[in-house]
Amino acid sequence: MSRQQTQVLATWLISITAVVVILPIVLVVFYVVAKGIGTVNWQFLSQPPSNGMTEGGIFPALLGTVILTLGTAVAAIPLAVGAAIYLAEYAGDNRATRAIRLAIVNLAGIPSIVYGLFGLGMFVLFLNFGTSILAGALTLGLMTLPVVISTAEEAILAVPQEFRVVSLSLGASRWQTIRHQVLPHALPGIITGIILGLGRAAGETAPILFTVAAFYLPELPKSIFDQTMALPYHLYVISTQVPGMPLSIQYGTALVLLIIVLSFTLVATVIRTVMRRRRQW
Amino acid sequence: MTAKLSIRDLSFTYADGAQALQHINMEIFANELFVLFGPSRAGKTTLLRLINRLADLLDGVQRSGEILFNDQDVYNPNLDVTYLRRRIGMVFAVPTPLPGSIYANLAYGLEMAGIKDRRIIDERVERSLRQAALWDEVKDRLQDSAFALSGGQKQRMCLARSLVLEPDVILLDNPTSGLDPISTALVEESLFELKQQYTIIMVPHSVQQASRVADRAAFLLNGEVVEIGSQQRIFIHPRDKRTEDYVTGRFG
Ligand SMILES: Nc1ncnc2c1ncn2[C@@H]1O[C@H](COP(=O)(O)OP(=O)(O)OP(=O)(O)O)[C@@H](O)[C@H]1O
Ligand SMILES: [Mg+2]
Repeated sequence: MSRQQTQVLATWLISITAVVVILPIVLVVFYVVAKGIGTVNWQFLSQPPSNGMTEGGIFPALLGTVILTLGTAVAAIPLAVGAAIYLAEYAGDNRATRAIRLAIVNLAGIPSIVYGLFGLGMFVLFLNFGTSILAGALTLGLMTLPVVISTAEEAILAVPQEFRVVSLSLGASRWQTIRHQVLPHALPGIITGIILGLGRAAGETAPILFTVAAFYLPELPKSIFDQTMALPYHLYVISTQVPGMPLSIQYGTALVLLIIVLSFTLVATVIRTVMRRRRQW
Repeated sequence: MTAKLSIRDLSFTYADGAQALQHINMEIFANELFVLFGPSRAGKTTLLRLINRLADLLDGVQRSGEILFNDQDVYNPNLDVTYLRRRIGMVFAVPTPLPGSIYANLAYGLEMAGIKDRRIIDERVERSLRQAALWDEVKDRLQDSAFALSGGQKQRMCLARSLVLEPDVILLDNPTSGLDPISTALVEESLFELKQQYTIIMVPHSVQQASRVADRAAFLLNGEVVEIGSQQRIFIHPRDKRTEDYVTGRFG
């Protein structure tokens, strides 16, 4: 084979792998959209389920997911960003910090059901928060931490070292340097990490299974010590646990969940692109 | 005359074990322009970065000996390093603007020092830009990005940025690298004015520049001081064979 032929063949092979990877995603999205679009309207989003969940909408589950995602953000963001700043800027390169980094990488790979069980043992039972929004948000927050810490640390380390050196040489303290010359430039990366982490948290079922999610609640939660319904779990319930469930509601619910999760990714991508374009260095 | 800076038996080793400086001794006096010159890797930048404690930032380095600034040990743990760096300004070999406008770059050091009065900041920004011979070129575009400046303008902006803090000593690491002859002449000219007010330690672009601007000079080679003396002594009557070879261009 000539060089040129090899080149053409390689291009084709690579394109095919790309299609193989992307095609299923596109198919799933199209399938869910096609099946679910007819069901999703304002009524569906704003009404509670009725008649043994075989009719009505998904409002309590949708609200629950919004609340849980906000709770996750509150629980995870300060800790994750703080840890990332510490690891990137203060911790030297020694055995202890290498162990911490290794732990973070491993934590990111733990199946979400393990987080769910840990949340049950730690927050629901040991700390006695009960099955509650608090326990659920903390569990989701914990699951989100490693991803956000890693991406935030990476974003902080990507800020050119010269900015720090110049800032210090101008008499800025270490914290002033981080505050004014590092964090602002790392922010797009940090925000991207946060959004991707939250997107995952919003879509997960396992961590909320034992810690917060309710099968069905006639009323909306009133405090963080109440249970709540949540979309991923609701979808699981209506797809497997309720006999005589109309397919249209199942696909409608799946579509809403899909839109929520994909929009997190979309927002993250937009933020990254816009901030990159504005960057001067 | 008491020394502005005294360096006593200073040795320095980087984390990889490379000994960058060995038993350096020198005194630098107020309002002189002291030139540190020598071939590449002689340790000039390392020495400058030790004086304002930027070498502190690296892990695993080893230092012995002392550096006295106005008779105070700069490595005294009780000394406020931010104060030290305001008193000893530095211009790096590669001009590095901070992201943001020209004005923001100039005002940064003052703001970090807690100065909030805009009038004072504006006044000092203008004066230091004039001292660095840059004011006329940028006065109408202070809010433009500092990255939009030409290489030579960036370098003068970095000089102005360190002058804005009204330091006592300024460390200039090759301040005319990458400048055309006209800008180089501009900077050299402003050096003569600046030393009325400041003590300057400068790593020159070339031996010719060193001999043009120096009051006194030290010739560094492989981390050691070969010879220190007045401009006359070093560039016209060097005593050491290695200095003579280097200044006459026979080596390096
Ligand atoms: N960050 C560093 N880590 C390890 N070694 C370094 C570092 N910086 C400099 N060195 C080493 O220290 C020695 C002195 O370097 P230095 O940069 O001080 O030389 P210089 O005289 O400024 O050279 P030049 O004229 O090329 O700028 C060199 O051998 C260099 O390789
Ligand atoms: Mg150098």
